[in-house]
Amino acid sequence: MSEVTANAPSGVIHDIGYQRYVGPRLGRRYVFGSLYGQGLRTAFGLGRGFKAKIFPWLTVGVVCIVAVVLMAIRTQTGEVVLSYAQFPQTLGVLMVLFCAIVGPELVSRDLHSGVLPLYFSRPLRPSDYALAKLAALVSAVTMLFAAGQIIMFLGAAFTLDGFGLIWDDFEKMLAGIAYSAIHALVFGAVALLIASLMKRRAVAAGAIVGAFLITAPVVGVLATLPSQTANDLAGLVSPVTLVGGIGDWLFEPAGSEELGIGSFGPLYGLVAVLLVAGCVALLLMRYRKVSQS
Amino acid sequence: MTALSDLTVSVEPGIIGLVGANGAGKSTLIKILLGLLPPTTGDVRVFDLDPTADADAVRARVGYMPEHDCLPPDLSAAEFVTHLGRMSGLPKTAARERASEALRHVGLYEERYRQVGGYSTGMKQRVKLAQALVHDPDLLLLDEPTNGLDPAGRDAMLALIQRIGTEFGISVVVCSHLLGEVERICDHLVAIDGGKLLRSDHIAAMTTTTDVLVVEVSEGTDELAARLVSLDLPVRRDGRELHVLLEDDETYDRILRAVADLDLPLHRLDQRRHRVAELFSDRETAHV
Repeated sequence: MSEVTANAPSGVIHDIGYQRYVGPRLGRRYVFGSLYGQGLRTAFGLGRGFKAKIFPWLTVGVVCIVAVVLMAIRTQTGEVVLSYAQFPQTLGVLMVLFCAIVGPELVSRDLHSGVLPLYFSRPLRPSDYALAKLAALVSAVTMLFAAGQIIMFLGAAFTLDGFGLIWDDFEKMLAGIAYSAIHALVFGAVALLIASLMKRRAVAAGAIVGAFLITAPVVGVLATLPSQTANDLAGLVSPVTLVGGIGDWLFEPAGSEELGIGSFGPLYGLVAVLLVAGCVALLLMRYRKVSQS
Repeated sequence: MTALSDLTVSVEPGIIGLVGANGAGKSTLIKILLGLLPPTTGDVRVFDLDPTADADAVRARVGYMPEHDCLPPDLSAAEFVTHLGRMSGLPKTAARERASEALRHVGLYEERYRQVGGYSTGMKQRVKLAQALVHDPDLLLLDEPTNGLDPAGRDAMLALIQRIGTEFGISVVVCSHLLGEVERICDHLVAIDGGKLLRSDHIAAMTTTTDVLVVEVSEGTDELAARLVSLDLPVRRDGRELHVLLEDDETYDRILRAVADLDLPLHRLDQRRHRVAELFSDRETAHV
């Protein structure tokens, strides 16, 4: 009787009653991974409205254009304007901006909408939440800059003669990406800690940029002191120059450093590790407190 | 700061009302049940599990609906509830299906792809309930679920909670500062005040023992009262009304006979189920 079914009113919801869920319930690792994946999507505005996509993709555009221009210069003239390691350092301001916008997007938004009690009443620990968000931010920044570095490498690969040269360049690119990741870790940890303290995204973004900016003049003053040691250590004060110092120590060929860190390279590395560890520890403390309030 | 002290209570599965004034410690109790706060002293068991030590196991089986706003305005209800389903460990597809189901059960089906920011308060409360249901918990903790709702919305929400507790087979703890609301739907009532237990009992035990008959006669109230007392029926006078404790069905007959014997014009005779509120009335007046 197909006519009868055809005549049945459409759009009626047939109440089949409540069904218990009998499928699998996955553990903490899956939950962590899901939150990380969602954070990564949020960082690039995926799954959100048009407005949320503007800034991240503008940044992606700028990074890619810079990379394409560098690639074009190198393929046409053979001149390397920026090395792979110099790339994230030169675009450091862009990276700070990206962290300042995306960091609050990841954590301040949740604070503002009061959604955290819903997370913490589930089998997701406060520390999982904090680390998943940090991992998402660090990955997003790293991916952003790695994309530019890969573009630069692809251009070079077509002009370089011989596999040996290409392999050399590839290794330099990997080192460059590692350096981008160090940038991302230091900037991301600082940015996320600041953002986790503020409910309003705009205020948090301002505070993050402020934290990076306010330390720059201190570096400038220290760098002009008549003491060579003070000059060499000046870079430790600001996260930007701190990471720059690590670049001079590990990634720049000797003699081409632009900051001047003397023989304090390992100290720069140690301070960066301590800074990240301190930020992560404070971030975890922050969320332990939030979960109880 | 001590929000709760000397609180010992154990309840059976069903719909449990947790009643107390603002600041009585209801939310603190919920946080302890969720393992978010460790009790400074004492012992808590949820499904025979310690929520402080086995937090994950307890939380996997509990759904929590907070009192305050907790919805991001720029996501659709479907997306948000799906995400929280995954946060409870449901695989992606299952989370999406269960989110649709949960939203359908709370009466948000057509609207589920709209952004939550554009929802009414009633709809938002329903989304909050749906996210607590999405992972099919065995226990729901609802903190002031009728907050901000108009009378019709309250009735709908209470009916929904009742349905969840009876048809869905999920135990529910409903927190409220409005006794009149929870007493309508719950099986068991726990009343706390200032962090201390006032009373915890089955709702039936609280109400049946206090059923009274209200007798009103147009004249001769005193005569009738005297007659009833002589018949061994305890009488309490309240204005023109006489309150007689209802012991069994014979009480009706004895009252009617007494009225007939005295030939008084009976105005009314009806059974009044004492509302639970009256059980706490001494305390409530003491607060005023």
